[in-house]
Amino acid sequence: MFDVNEIRKDFPMIQNRPDLIYFDNGATTYKPQPVIDAVLGFYNGYTSNVERGDYETAVKADKAYADTRKIIARFINCDPKEVVFTANITASLNQIAWGLGRSFLHEGDIVLTTEAEHASNLLPWFRLEKDLGIKIEYIPVDHQGVCHIEDVRKALNEKVKVVAMAHVTNVLGSVQPIREIAEAAHEYGAYVVMDGAQSVPHRRTDVRELGVDFMGFSSHKMCGPDGVGVLYGRYELLQKMEPVFLGGGMNARFSSDFNIILKDAPEKFEAGTPNIEGVIGLGAAAEYLMSLGMDNIQQYEKELRAYFAAKISQLDNIEFYNPDNLSGPITFNGKGVFAQDAAGYLGSKNICVRSGNHCAKILHEVIGTDQTIRASLYFYNTKEEVDRFIEAAAQISLENAVSIFF
Amino acid sequence: MSQTSSLLNDPMILRELIMDHYQYPHNHKLVEDERYRSVHMASDSCIDDITVQSRISGGMIEDVRFDGVACTISTASTSMMTDLLKGRSTDEAKMIIGQYFNMIENKEYDPDVLEEAVAFQNVYKQANRIKCATIGWKAMQQMIDESEASE
Repeated sequence: MFDVNEIRKDFPMIQNRPDLIYFDNGATTYKPQPVIDAVLGFYNGYTSNVERGDYETAVKADKAYADTRKIIARFINCDPKEVVFTANITASLNQIAWGLGRSFLHEGDIVLTTEAEHASNLLPWFRLEKDLGIKIEYIPVDHQGVCHIEDVRKALNEKVKVVAMAHVTNVLGSVQPIREIAEAAHEYGAYVVMDGAQSVPHRRTDVRELGVDFMGFSSHKMCGPDGVGVLYGRYELLQKMEPVFLGGGMNARFSSDFNIILKDAPEKFEAGTPNIEGVIGLGAAAEYLMSLGMDNIQQYEKELRAYFAAKISQLDNIEFYNPDNLSGPITFNGKGVFAQDAAGYLGSKNICVRSGNHCAKILHEVIGTDQTIRASLYFYNTKEEVDRFIEAAAQISLENAVSIFF
Repeated sequence: MSQTSSLLNDPMILRELIMDHYQYPHNHKLVEDERYRSVHMASDSCIDDITVQSRISGGMIEDVRFDGVACTISTASTSMMTDLLKGRSTDEAKMIIGQYFNMIENKEYDPDVLEEAVAFQNVYKQANRIKCATIGWKAMQQMIDESEASE
């Protein structure tokens, strides 16, 4: 059964810093011992480069690297050769957007997205707008940032070639109906690109069932090491797509007259020595999450968020922006207190949250402010932590926020 | 010790000063006037987005103003800067800015020349807020440098 107190013992950060309440999981997550062991195991036991090693430790590193592709394939239900390792989801989305622009899109083609996207899922498309004359159009979202299928249908037409959207948005935690959107988009022959950064760590993700053509997510937001991301793509599309980076490990052969024969996907997207220890750690992280059960994680977080939402709604000094969303961060402000000042006050009480201008126009239009504070949970957080947070949040005021400097 | 500087040793007073300058910032309106230089400070931080303007003529800072969206520390420190540097020669201003940066970096400084701005004497203890406390001051420094380069 899902026992949070047992789970917490797996996390050295929780054991070493019991004074901290870590509610910044949307930014990055703590690492459990099995992930740390996997990374150290590579460093301490079989450090070697991957590919074509003719000695024991290199063969072992090769196998561990290749095994992670299988683990991730199981984790998101795809074929291992559809799993590309990147530096992070930003790299994944840049490869997807650039690769589509290079070989699939033409001037005047439309990319549909929403105003609730993270910069990583907007700026790479903006560049195509500038470089190739691709048009970017926004599907409207409601007051909680949710995009409705009727509005997607209205926005779709034969010029739409890409629909790019987060499954769960990073600011408000709105869950988008990706499966229905993908179905509708495919009727027009458009490719569907899903930003999985805030969803893959928190819920079971089945790319076949969702029907998306491309997806990205980051290792460090799901208990894995930094510096590793995944790019999922339908194999025939990956085969047609050109890699951003050229170099070692991704070419089959080349000659002095500039002919390059690339390897097949996924290797052709992995030029240079990859983050081997990071990939191995990501494999351990995915195994760890699957052993807890993604459905259990989602259910636990849903209950915890509901508890949090009910409590924070009662604070008169707090403006709470996304009470209707069932997952994702608790997004709020202290009334009359600038987001960073309030986050600094909470920080002085050892509560880790993130304040920011989340670069999403929707925030301004939907909730009337540019700056908010995000308290984002993970499965190792507890109701006791929420209680301690609420006690501190009740004290957020301009006076207290300034007092931390004296 | 003068009466002013003893008041400026009282943390309660300093806190009130910061709050007051945040809620009612001084010189908080930009003008459309080509005699003014202008610096937009937004690239250093994902949150603060302020513009500082100044009219510098013959080595004198005749006016300083600012506007924008920023946290308490950025707003109040910039507001105090405008009060402190308006009407000064650029040489005096450079000296005051230098003293302020010394304070922010926890080096020796002369509290008397900083007046109310000593309210930020503890910011060095919170490294993540140093950018906030210096954003407007850096903008002013840049405009003084530009004015001297163009003379």
